[in-house]
Amino acid sequence: MTYLLIILGICCFLCLYRIARGPTAADRAVATDILGILVVGFCGFFSLKAKQDWYMNIALIWALLGFIGAITLAKYLEGKHFDE
Amino acid sequence: MMNEIGMVLLIIGVAFDLLGCIGIVRLPDVYNRLQASTKSVTLGTWLILLGVFFISGGFTAMGIKALICIFFIVLASPTAAHALARGAHISGVKLWEKSVCDKYEEDKSK
Repeated sequence: MTYLLIILGICCFLCLYRIARGPTAADRAVATDILGILVVGFCGFFSLKAKQDWYMNIALIWALLGFIGAITLAKYLEGKHFDE
Repeated sequence: MMNEIGMVLLIIGVAFDLLGCIGIVRLPDVYNRLQASTKSVTLGTWLILLGVFFISGGFTAMGIKALICIFFIVLASPTAAHALARGAHISGVKLWEKSVCDKYEEDKSK
């Protein structure tokens, strides 16, 4: 299970590479969304390793907040204000 | 038995996550990256959470939360990807020069 966590960490660094490098704002928005979904998987692993079920609460809230963040970034990319 | 099923699901899920993140680095433009990464990373995280459900022993507190989390991920992630693709297209990101067709542009110019 430790090796799987290391592979997930490599995935997160690939996403961070795209956030740092990405030529347009849309690339960064996509990579941020993907990074949020990866963190949900991380929380699942941590809840198994530590045998604590409150890590899944973090995963739930992170999934919902990541969705709202992605919608907000999409609105920003469309060039609208947030209350339209 | 439940433990082995869960470990296999975790390994498959991490493999899908890794493939999606290689896609986000290697592919040429934002639409390709979106379509490679969103689908496979959503499937990978879905499988990881299903593995958590199996390893934690079925319908315990952790397992039920993992199931609710699967529901939210499957519902929210494709919606966010659709909104991001639409926003990228409206903000004027060009397609890769070897892309074959752009149906959204054709629909808008009608």
